[in-house]
Amino acid sequence: MCYLCSEISVKPEDFIMKIKEVVSLIDGAFITGKHRGEQSVEVAFASDLMSDVLTIKSENLLLLTGLVNVQAIRTAEMSDICCVVFARNKNVSEEMVRLAEENDITVITSPYSLFRISGLLYQAGLAPVY
Amino acid sequence: MFFEYSIEGGNFAQAGSTSSQVKKNLKQLNVDGSVIKRTVVALYEAEVNIVAHAFRGTIIVEIMEDKIHILLNDEGPGIPDIGKAMEIGFSTASPEVREMGFGAGMGLSNMKNNSDELHISSKVGQGTRVEITNYFQAKPVSLQ
Repeated sequence: MCYLCSEISVKPEDFIMKIKEVVSLIDGAFITGKHRGEQSVEVAFASDLMSDVLTIKSENLLLLTGLVNVQAIRTAEMSDICCVVFARNKNVSEEMVRLAEENDITVITSPYSLFRISGLLYQAGLAPVY
Repeated sequence: MFFEYSIEGGNFAQAGSTSSQVKKNLKQLNVDGSVIKRTVVALYEAEVNIVAHAFRGTIIVEIMEDKIHILLNDEGPGIPDIGKAMEIGFSTASPEVREMGFGAGMGLSNMKNNSDELHISSKVGQGTRVEITNYFQAKPVSLQ
């Protein structure tokens, strides 16, 4: 980001964000995958509707959701999503942790709302799917 | 290569475990990643449908050198109007299914978009049969 002219100085498609940067921007905490903080994501999608998530074909996708259940992790597994952020510090169950670890999915929680998390990551340059 | 799985209606905790197992099998066979993703997305939607709507079901997966064929049979209420059920937004899912992040009327169209061939037939009051076939295209797998 160029702060003098307020224009994005890199093409959106060139932008990547390290997972550890995501965590820092949203005051998040790693639940699984702390050792994968150097991995990058290119686009983000925020949804509580897993059928909608399953339509996304983008690679290196970050999923932001308020739906905290096993199906969110299953959906990430089927869609090759490497990292899931759960909003509002909701409790991630042991079964979710086990499934995420088994499938190398990084799980992050943030105290912020889905709206605020989306805004912060978008402002920092992370691209939307649509 | 042939696998058979039993699915229990209403067991939401287990929904997706068959799709997960199929994904692992396809990965071991070095099937192209985009074909794996399409296949397991279609299968996962179909598996969730059995859990969400039926009493019980079976999933039979056959992996051949050039394709994967998946047959899902369930005992359940059936689908009165398959054309209507294919429409995006049409759903008869319970609040419990919606709480899982499904039931928005996207499942069947997701299955169609992620299958090379999809056949659905149903008898009201008896059950539904879904067949998904996806081809490995230029990259046949070795089943040795």
